Amino acid sequence: MDALAMGNYGPYVWSCFALTFIVIVFSDWRSRVRHKQVYRDIEVRIKALEERQ
Amino acid sequence: MWKFFHHLTSPPHYYRVGATLIPWLAIPGLALIAYGTYAGLFLASEDYQQGDAFRIIYVHVPAAYLSMLAYAFMAFGGGIGLIWRMKLAHAVGAAAAPLGAAFTFLALVTGAIWGRPMWGTWWEWGDPRLTSELILLFLYFGYMALRSSIDDTAKADKASAVLALVGVVNVVIVHYSVEWWSSLHQGQTLFKKGGPGMDADMLYPLLAMIFGFTLLFGALLARRIRTEVLFRERRTRWVRELVLAPEGGK
Amino acid sequence: MTSTNPQQPGIFAGLAAIARRDILLAWKRPGDVLNPLFFFAMVCTLFPLAVGPSAEQLIFSGPGVLWVAALLATLLSLNTLFMSDHEDGSLDQMLVSPQPLPVLALGKTLAHWLISGLPLVLISPLLALTYRMPGDVVGVLMLTLLLGTICLSLLGSIGAALTVGLHTGTALLSLLILPLAMPVLLLGANTVSLAAGNDIYATGIWALGAYAVAALSLAPYATAAALRISSE
Repeated sequence: MDALAMGNYGPYVWSCFALTFIVIVFSDWRSRVRHKQVYRDIEVRIKALEERQ
Repeated sequence: MWKFFHHLTSPPHYYRVGATLIPWLAIPGLALIAYGTYAGLFLASEDYQQGDAFRIIYVHVPAAYLSMLAYAFMAFGGGIGLIWRMKLAHAVGAAAAPLGAAFTFLALVTGAIWGRPMWGTWWEWGDPRLTSELILLFLYFGYMALRSSIDDTAKADKASAVLALVGVVNVVIVHYSVEWWSSLHQGQTLFKKGGPGMDADMLYPLLAMIFGFTLLFGALLARRIRTEVLFRERRTRWVRELVLAPEGGK
Repeated sequence: MTSTNPQQPGIFAGLAAIARRDILLAWKRPGDVLNPLFFFAMVCTLFPLAVGPSAEQLIFSGPGVLWVAALLATLLSLNTLFMSDHEDGSLDQMLVSPQPLPVLALGKTLAHWLISGLPLVLISPLLALTYRMPGDVVGVLMLTLLLGTICLSLLGSIGAALTVGLHTGTALLSLLILPLAMPVLLLGANTVSLAAGNDIYATGIWALGAYAVAALSLAPYATAAALRISSE
């Protein structure tokens, strides 16, 4: 427990590490979502064009 | 030679290579970060002045470093795109901006959280690095705002490239002018130049974190560039073939 | 290109012609010149009303308030720098003219400074006196504003050129220009504060001068590049 308390600086240290982790995971998640979205939009458009022909 | 280089930077080629590149960057990066986090939090001995609060530097320093590296990517990408009209370079600039803003934000917030126990305040205007970092964040906001307000991608690329290049000059001026300004007001600095050297057990985790974050940044950037390339090339034949291929190309 | 054709006017003639045209246009529509000046005066009035009329506070905050107000007033006048030229097609004429575009951009920027920057410098002593600024400090204020508004006009011309033709208003322009203008504000306001505190302030003047010279030689190229991109 002492190691986690960080000599009373625990909240500061842990919040920094947690925030960094959250921001990176969020950024990665956003970019995955956007990639899928872009891919699906293109897919829908091209498939629609194919069917018309 | 030039033909090879041209082939390497062609959008369809990057789209394929990028997919295999990402894990090669992400896995070593995550491994280094895992070691750096564990060693930085538990193995490194505490700082004799700052106690355990100094451990914040293990995320603060990589974030601050990447906030500037991302700007360099943005500006170089824009410059190369303007001069050699390379499509991929503009995509790099567009992909680097949101990542750069995210790391700048992290550097600011972790700096503020460090400041609370050390200075007794969340924000210290007298610290030149925090102030410069804040101006850098505004530069990122301006870049992204300009990009999103121009509908035509080719035009947005060129206009934002000019802004990024002007911004490079500005970053240098901001650095020196803010330093002069804080010297007038006896500002405090986070890490003093020429201070006592770090012990090896403090330094190695920091180096691991810096390298690990850089590799992870590369992976995140590579993924965003792939999306940019796909979006920009949405009307080309190779994207059509990719989408219609039986195995798909996600 | 210009030297091969004897009938072609020189680059300074081109610069002077475009500057003269803009100044004449401003003369015909004095509102465009006066509005930013009124805005400057009013922002300077807001602060004593907000923080109270105590002499120490006014002396202490005067340089900063005057400089921030000058920066905002300059920003306000930049939005229209290329707008009317873009709308009536004269910008396209400039793009195809044999005159080098950076020189024309510099001409327009210098005209903008003469119309909006210089009047601001000239009325600043009046407002500085209401902030109880001593005479010699007012001199320093005018000198920093003189150099600073040149820098701001040049920086602003880049932003105005990047946003010409976009219907986004002043907000985007401010977002682009303010981070670039922060060092100018920092140098200018702190130099005046140093002078007010009887400190050595020459560093700030030299730095502003260096900034102005660098901006004069580099910004027109960026503005010209931005104009070409914006009117594609």
